[in-house]
Amino acid sequence: MERLNPQSRRDPYGSRINRRESTLLAYGLPWATILLGSLTPWLPIISPAPVLPPVGFLLLLAWRLLRPGLLPPWAGLPLGLFDDLYSGQPMGSGVLLFSLALIVIELIEFRFPWRNFWLDWLTAAGIIVPYIMAAALISGAELSPVQLMAIAPQILLSVVLFPIIARIVAMLDRLRLMRVRRID
Amino acid sequence: MTPPAHRRSGVNRKAQLGVFTGYVVAGLGVVFGAALLTISLLRPATFNGLRTMASDAAAPIGIVGAEGRTGVKDVLDAIAGYYRAGSRNAQLEEEARIARVKLAEAEAIKQENARLKAVLALTTEDPRPVAVARLIGSTSSSARRLGYISAGRNHGVRPGMPVTSPMGLIGRVLEAGAVSSRVLLLTDSESMVPVRRATDNVVAFAEGRSDGSLRLRLVNLGINPIKPGDVFVTSGAGGLFRPGTAVAIATEITRDGAIAQLLSNPAATDVVVVEPIWQPEALEALQAHSLDASPVPTD
Repeated sequence: MERLNPQSRRDPYGSRINRRESTLLAYGLPWATILLGSLTPWLPIISPAPVLPPVGFLLLLAWRLLRPGLLPPWAGLPLGLFDDLYSGQPMGSGVLLFSLALIVIELIEFRFPWRNFWLDWLTAAGIIVPYIMAAALISGAELSPVQLMAIAPQILLSVVLFPIIARIVAMLDRLRLMRVRRID
Repeated sequence: MTPPAHRRSGVNRKAQLGVFTGYVVAGLGVVFGAALLTISLLRPATFNGLRTMASDAAAPIGIVGAEGRTGVKDVLDAIAGYYRAGSRNAQLEEEARIARVKLAEAEAIKQENARLKAVLALTTEDPRPVAVARLIGSTSSSARRLGYISAGRNHGVRPGMPVTSPMGLIGRVLEAGAVSSRVLLLTDSESMVPVRRATDNVVAFAEGRSDGSLRLRLVNLGINPIKPGDVFVTSGAGGLFRPGTAVAIATEITRDGAIAQLLSNPAATDVVVVEPIWQPEALEALQAHSLDASPVPTD
């Protein structure tokens, strides 16, 4: 039998015949990955100084910038609360900063509705740097020049790491839209 | 790429309301977060229960991770076995490092004994450890330096207990859950430990700087007697920490003390020991006294 278009039966998201996307995967995966990212304090890395980037927050930014509208604007409330349970920050710091970050992205999006790699990175950097500084400020720790020096590597690492996290999120997004549900 | 069109709600009344509600809830999230933050900054113990429950729930992940860490170390050891000379050298260096710390501690204990014997005919004995636990995680992305250990109330751990490793003091228990606890590491900026020089009675406070080092502040100001390389041990003042546990080694002299490096780097620590509070009665008396002293007398 002669086929007209090889793409008509399969594409990178799986078979196009008899299969649909799973609602649970499509809407649950962003939440699940961000919550998992908030569990980084349980990694067996015992660091004498803050070095790891805030992975949960970076994942939130990446999902928000990749898929506007997928995470509701109030997503910062539950996600921040979960992050607070493990991050060592005082309770409420994640709720406040996550919610503010989502609102700020919303405002930036109104002003610059187009998208490209550099604008996304710039937006993320413009949010990550104040986030880490504000988190250090309200962590309850006394701030001195030494502490500001101590968070500098973390800020740099987070900003540099963001494109990689965004790439991982893009891969997860493909997984999210795989047609895994069988329909009869 | 522009945002998808369905976000612009157009003339659909329901969609408009939905978007509007989303923003209102987001704004409420900010307000709620600010309120929570204010409460937890003013009364830091308010959410302890919630947090310890959460860390109990997540502790198994940390324990698996910690076991994985030791497993990886074993594999690396096997590979390093091919370069036997190098690994043996590293092992001996490690042993020498521990021995140096032990020597300093022994010296401190000797001096402590001599002083105690001179004052009264009392002997101090090593307390039995409350629990042996794994260091299973740390807040590696926050400016606060807190660690998690795999022992909690079920193992007898209570807030305030000192946590040590074979290399020296790690910190103290801040919150104890059922099977896991949060530990305030020495490098946290809220941590303060009374210390003295291992060889004599130069007393100081060791404050965390949250960049991995400690700041030593002398109690008796005057000519700074500290020299780089001096080892500091806990002095036992305050009744929390048993005297003679190694804490830090001075590396850089400042005007009112020194900058010191931790002797027991938590990053290199796997198994830790939770010790009982050294002088619980003294500590209670001290706290009761400060509580009595705080209200203004009426007459």
